[in-house]
Amino acid sequence: MNSQTHLAHNRRPGFLPRGDLSLLFSALKEAGYQIVGPRVRDGAIQFGPLDGPDALPVGVTNDQQPGHYRLQSGDGQRLFDWNHGPQGLKPLCFAPREVLWEESSDPFGYRRTLPEVTKTAVIGVRACDLAALSIQDHHFLLEMRPDPHYRQRRESLLLIGVDCAQSAATCFCASTGDGPALDGGYDIGMSELDEGFLIWSDSDQGRAITDSLSLQPAEDSQLEAMLQATDRAAQEQQRKMPDAEELLQLYKRLNHSHWEDVAERCLSCGNCTAVCPTCFCYQAEHETALTGDAAEMVRSWDSCFSPTHSSMGHFQVRSNSKQRYRQWLTHKLAGWQVQQRRIGCTGCGRCIAWCPVGIDLTQEVTAVLEEGSLYV
Amino acid sequence: MFDPHIPHVAVIEQRIQEAPNIFTLRLRYDWDVEEAYEFDPGQFNMVTLFGVGEIPISIVNDPLENTFFDHTVRVVGRDSDGLSRLQPGDRVGIRGPFGRGWPLARMKGKDVLLITGGLGCAPLVSVIRYLVRRRDYYGHIQILQGVKHSNDLIWREQYEEWGKLRDVNILLAADVATKGWKGQQGMVTELINQITLRPQRTVALLCGPELMMLSAIASLREMGLSDGSIWFSMERNMQCGIGQCGHCQIGPHYVCQDGPVFNYSDLADFLGAKGF
Repeated sequence: MNSQTHLAHNRRPGFLPRGDLSLLFSALKEAGYQIVGPRVRDGAIQFGPLDGPDALPVGVTNDQQPGHYRLQSGDGQRLFDWNHGPQGLKPLCFAPREVLWEESSDPFGYRRTLPEVTKTAVIGVRACDLAALSIQDHHFLLEMRPDPHYRQRRESLLLIGVDCAQSAATCFCASTGDGPALDGGYDIGMSELDEGFLIWSDSDQGRAITDSLSLQPAEDSQLEAMLQATDRAAQEQQRKMPDAEELLQLYKRLNHSHWEDVAERCLSCGNCTAVCPTCFCYQAEHETALTGDAAEMVRSWDSCFSPTHSSMGHFQVRSNSKQRYRQWLTHKLAGWQVQQRRIGCTGCGRCIAWCPVGIDLTQEVTAVLEEGSLYV
Repeated sequence: MFDPHIPHVAVIEQRIQEAPNIFTLRLRYDWDVEEAYEFDPGQFNMVTLFGVGEIPISIVNDPLENTFFDHTVRVVGRDSDGLSRLQPGDRVGIRGPFGRGWPLARMKGKDVLLITGGLGCAPLVSVIRYLVRRRDYYGHIQILQGVKHSNDLIWREQYEEWGKLRDVNILLAADVATKGWKGQQGMVTELINQITLRPQRTVALLCGPELMMLSAIASLREMGLSDGSIWFSMERNMQCGIGQCGHCQIGPHYVCQDGPVFNYSDLADFLGAKGF
């Protein structure tokens, strides 16, 4: 992507000095939003309610490697020098656990239970997670059967994105075309400079907020610094996802010996699917009241690594780690292209960092696509 | 806003015991205004048993019988066992119909060959009833039905009636046959060698265990049937019915939404591939 063109079309940034960030928070509160953003919890960046900018992680950076995630604190003043924590936007729209409906025996019937939502501004969202959200939107909001629960939550969000000025070692969004610079899907965009923030809007709701901030005009040197930061972050990236067209070959390689190799390391724990911002599998099960006259249909995240995922009652279609990992990877990188016309990966690299044995999908997929020993 | 997750209440009008472990529930929607229930042969419903669970079950009627719908179920687990205990007047929840049924338009004017194994006949019974009711629009009809045990054959009287119709050929096979069995002993796939067909004019519809279908498809292709004229109904872990929960995928295809009826050419890469 040409950054200059990108700037010309989408961005009309203004400048907000570092000390004035509380103005953004006040404007959001005044407009009736509760604010959710990054905080340090249990040694990781996690989204949660924020009162003001003081709760943001000052000077925090992250070290992410296969099977490794550590936060580091430094003397810096910057607030967004980390990349991401274990979860993106997924839990905010696709709830890890929710009741779809309730039933009662007298009178016999089903009653819809929709979540109660409040207008929420999410600050600090990364480009990879905005791309992932648009993939989940496509899945859950299809025209013919939009999911009312997902929609209720999704429509309550105002998204404030932040450019990534650095990449973690596990990041590869540049190769999937989803980052590190913001590229749509947000209401307000931000880029952090040492002296403050460049801020621009990309929706009417976003504009209503940015217009009230009386931003200073951005200087050319600041715009230049913004573009250089994301270019540098892209160049830093060590990992790369092969081209989409090449990935379609995965279905021709179902019998590659490398699937066995991964299976020897994979624990089928499902961490990768839990942290993946696009994975959408869920199960829905009855939970019956002790009295027996009422029950709820509860939807919760499922994983293609769980034994029950492919269960047909009398047998499992995918009974071992080899078949389950192959299912996950071929669906994510090939199947998704048939279903959504793009791969189901946005290069966030969470599945690499949060895999307890450090399995790296970019390496595994490259090995499978290499002409290797095929077996039958 | 329409909510695809919420079942509609249906009342059991009739319960028919088809075999020791197989029963049929005849259902009617619990609506004030009676509306026609529209579906295609080969589609399925998600049937919810109060407080227990929800399972996918084929609809076995002809679509013209639209004031009620029948589900034939074999008792295999908790949900089906629970359903088997229901009586007329009891209520269940229904979501559906879901998926893509048999290719009715492509069958018109053609010979139709139906091959089924086990209770795999359920998704096909609806289309048999459809064909029989519109007999003049179709050519030669052949039904090859296999069962494990000769006692497993349900709808015996219907088979006998269908067999009497003009130009309908029915061949039955049982792996284990008891005295009085009028069919043959052996597997349904062995019956394929005994029939003649006009490959250019035949559409084949298959339903049953995957290994049986794979073997039958191989024979049909040898006999000259094109891949595009071979159709079959697949079974996977279907939960949502709307291509959303992810369980039933075979490669990029959702069985609940893109199937359960597939053309052979759509699934050829995955059929028989372990783990898909």
